[in-house]
Amino acid sequence: MTDQLPEPIINADSAPYWEGARAGKLLLQKCGDCGTLRFFPRYLCAECGSDNTEWTEVTGRGTVHSFSVVHRAAFPEFQANAPYVIALIDLDEGPRMMTNIVGEDALTVKIDDAVEVCFEARGTEGAKVPQFRRVGG
Amino acid sequence: MTESLRNKIIVAGVGESDIGKVPNMTGIGLNAQACKRALDDAGLTLKDVDGLLTAYTMTEPYFMLGTVVAEYLGIQPRYCASVAVGGGSPAVMLKHAAEAILAGTCDTVLVCAGENRATGQSRDSAVAALTIVGHPYFENPYGPLIPGFYAMIARRYMHEFGTTREQMAAVAVNGRNHALRHPNAHMRKPITIDDVLNSKPIAEPLNILDCCLISDAAGAFVVTRADRAPDLANAPAWLYGIGEFHTHEHLIAAPSLTTFGSKQSGEAAYEMAGLGPSDIDFAQLYDCFTIVPIIEMEELGLAERGEGGEKFLSGETAIEGSFPINTDGGLLSHAQAGAGGGIFGIIESTRQLRGGEGERQVKKHNVALVHNEGGILSSNCTMILGKERR
Repeated sequence: MTDQLPEPIINADSAPYWEGARAGKLLLQKCGDCGTLRFFPRYLCAECGSDNTEWTEVTGRGTVHSFSVVHRAAFPEFQANAPYVIALIDLDEGPRMMTNIVGEDALTVKIDDAVEVCFEARGTEGAKVPQFRRVGG
Repeated sequence: MTESLRNKIIVAGVGESDIGKVPNMTGIGLNAQACKRALDDAGLTLKDVDGLLTAYTMTEPYFMLGTVVAEYLGIQPRYCASVAVGGGSPAVMLKHAAEAILAGTCDTVLVCAGENRATGQSRDSAVAALTIVGHPYFENPYGPLIPGFYAMIARRYMHEFGTTREQMAAVAVNGRNHALRHPNAHMRKPITIDDVLNSKPIAEPLNILDCCLISDAAGAFVVTRADRAPDLANAPAWLYGIGEFHTHEHLIAAPSLTTFGSKQSGEAAYEMAGLGPSDIDFAQLYDCFTIVPIIEMEELGLAERGEGGEKFLSGETAIEGSFPINTDGGLLSHAQAGAGGGIFGIIESTRQLRGGEGERQVKKHNVALVHNEGGILSSNCTMILGKERR
């Protein structure tokens, strides 16, 4: 991916997530009452409604639930990287996230492939976004 | 549970704007044209309208679109709103109109949707349209696009249930064959399965011919009390049952990539109608991408799981087939303009139920099913319409 890609938009719900990414850690919210891990970050637990929220680091390992090889991007900065892979991955801990599959073997990705997190620099201020690559890739 | 609307509400008239590339008209003008035609079809006038519902528009981004359209038409309704559940909006608007009428809020609701997406888009509105469905913080950093979201659903669905690319291509061909018989359809050139399979890849497994059109188009219909049926210029469509269900907006929050709120919306519609899938004669399913009507068919019990695609490939879904689907050509070949997509399924069903559509007319036309969905199969609404009171 090129360095023209958009920087993450940080807000009050997500600031710890993006601070974690900047430090090379994948941090998720965990309900302080029922223990449910959640993605995406938000004010309350969608399982039990509790607003008692903790942040916890997860392993960054997961599997590919589905994917698509994109040939026609919506924006020129992404089109420069086409074809590229968008995917939904299920973390070993449960939550589902969107990502690109990155790495030299990205375009041959398959459903159920094992993946692991890595962090991609965006912009010039040290921001990073979580990305996933095939394990061993 | 919603109070049953069965036998209490009718679609009194329907109208389509000019469709395709209509550079001489504004988006709101297209809506007004569709409204005028729907009222003429019903034998009613703007003076009979005391409720108005519309959806949203990207090309002419008015704030308060409901009252903007009412103002443009010169009416002062006692019930008015903009409903924004994407492509699900038209069917949801019919339900909300019916509920408002049943509550005594108003008697006759004019519903319209559509915009001039083919010729009226500024660069800003085109960009907004491309990004508005993705989650701004947790999807858009990865360069997704609307076909990409549906491509991931298609990929997973193929993986779990064996749906094939040929079956999906057959959905596009089915729609095109029907559009060729529709005097107002956007697309006029025949296509084959090979044409679809060899068209330009957008987001695998979807090619350009797996994706819906971008049209200038608006549609409108009039909803009123069933006791007004004898006063109308044309036969109404009777509302037998309707249900909506909303499970998520963004794909990262979808409970599943293979089962959606169409299951619940369909069950609610069948229950209200007192009918089941085997009672339906034909259907207008939402077809923003070729995988979608296959999923909907299976979710709504119109085919066994994994067997919907074959019904398109075998020709069962053709106008002459045992179960016609998308007889106007659908979003893939008739028209798609934002919320002005699914509205044509309601219009086409009303026309088919009346029975005067010539070479496009289905043989059995007593009971129709219409399904609209918006977002990424996020907001679902199913309705069952019939030719007569039951």
